[in-house]
Amino acid sequence: MHPFAYVAPSTVEEAVAVLDEHGDRARPLAGGTDLLVKARANVWELDAVVDVKNIPELMNLEVGKNGLSIGAGVPCYQVYENDQVADEYPGIIDGTSIIGGIQIQSRAGLGGNLCNAAPSGDGIPALIAHSAVARIAGPNGTREVAVEEFCTGPSRTVIEPGELLVSIEVPKPAANSGAAYTRFIPRNEMDIAVAGVGVYVVLDNSGNNFESARIALASVGPIPILANEAGDSLSGKPVNDETIAAAAKLARNAASPITDMRGTIEQRKHLIEVLTDRMIKQAVERAKG
Amino acid sequence: MTTSSPSKVHVTTTINGQEHELLVPPYMSLLDTLRELIGLTGTKEGCLDGNCGACTVSVNGRIVDSCLVLGPEVDGKTVDTVEGMATTDGLHPLQQAFLEEAALQCGICTPGFLVAAKGLLDNEPSPSEGRIRHWLAGNLCRCTGYDKIVRAVQKASS
Repeated sequence: MHPFAYVAPSTVEEAVAVLDEHGDRARPLAGGTDLLVKARANVWELDAVVDVKNIPELMNLEVGKNGLSIGAGVPCYQVYENDQVADEYPGIIDGTSIIGGIQIQSRAGLGGNLCNAAPSGDGIPALIAHSAVARIAGPNGTREVAVEEFCTGPSRTVIEPGELLVSIEVPKPAANSGAAYTRFIPRNEMDIAVAGVGVYVVLDNSGNNFESARIALASVGPIPILANEAGDSLSGKPVNDETIAAAAKLARNAASPITDMRGTIEQRKHLIEVLTDRMIKQAVERAKG
Repeated sequence: MTTSSPSKVHVTTTINGQEHELLVPPYMSLLDTLRELIGLTGTKEGCLDGNCGACTVSVNGRIVDSCLVLGPEVDGKTVDTVEGMATTDGLHPLQQAFLEEAALQCGICTPGFLVAAKGLLDNEPSPSEGRIRHWLAGNLCRCTGYDKIVRAVQKASS
């Protein structure tokens, strides 16, 4: 591992200044569960690591009347142990509670999951389904990027050298809405998704019709995929097996997986169809609950 | 590019109830800090990438993989390792149960399992078998097949 300096600033401005000074030879440290693995494997050669856990904005977790704000350094366990988050954002809990094991969840968080930009990141699809936005600070101020546009390739994001993910902002769920995420893995836990699906649905007041839906897919492309056609196909349609099956088929078509050690193209496409069907139904159930 | 070694970080931390003041290289893991700077070699190095849990320690009451924590990060924090489990009165109930249930063979994974299991029982004194298995999913054992470990944790739970 290349010897790097350790700095732990207490403001976003100081963190950005250090990141800006070192360019791509500095990285923010939140949970470290990806960063230290990559630094040790010399995937990244770093001169400085910027521990963000002393910056209040990055450690803030808040359920407000306009939505949920998740600081980029907040570890998974704080998200899934928060009753308000569990109550209003169960789909986000679904993903957050299956990232790694208990030790990893003490440190890793949704901010890091997003910045690591693995197509399989279990935290990302539910955020996309919820229309979450990433708030990014940089030397020239703050900007916002929709989560579905945040990842640009495996391990690549819109974050420029000198920039820092500050928080993820999730809008308040609509009335009669529900969300869910699941993945397929051949083990019980501690594994990487062969395929994953996150769904957010809004029903009308009767609960018999979809008003809108957003469906996001993991591990079936170079980045997490927002399956627009699949989600849009449900708008205005009745809630029944046929409309849900049709949307699941469209989600399958939106998947462009590769064959690797975890699964084949055909298996992954099949999984997306099955999991989308199940997650729409689960999201509907939660919307009615 | 920096060619000289970055300066060491002054760290004050409480390990197994005892305060330590250390100068830690900024890139040194908590695992190496414990083993090499303090001489607490009970915590084991396994995979070095967060899969095996052999290096599990508790930081401020939460279990973590110490290979994925930097030494400087525990400044002002409380660290508990396997060395802190037994007292002058004897072994911790989990350690005793591991012995009685033969829950170890080669022993490399054992300190991690003990610290992880303690992290569970400290907060949930009577977990179900399913809960124990889920909690310990981040700890790998290549000898026992897990059944004896789970039985030992059940025995130590109230």
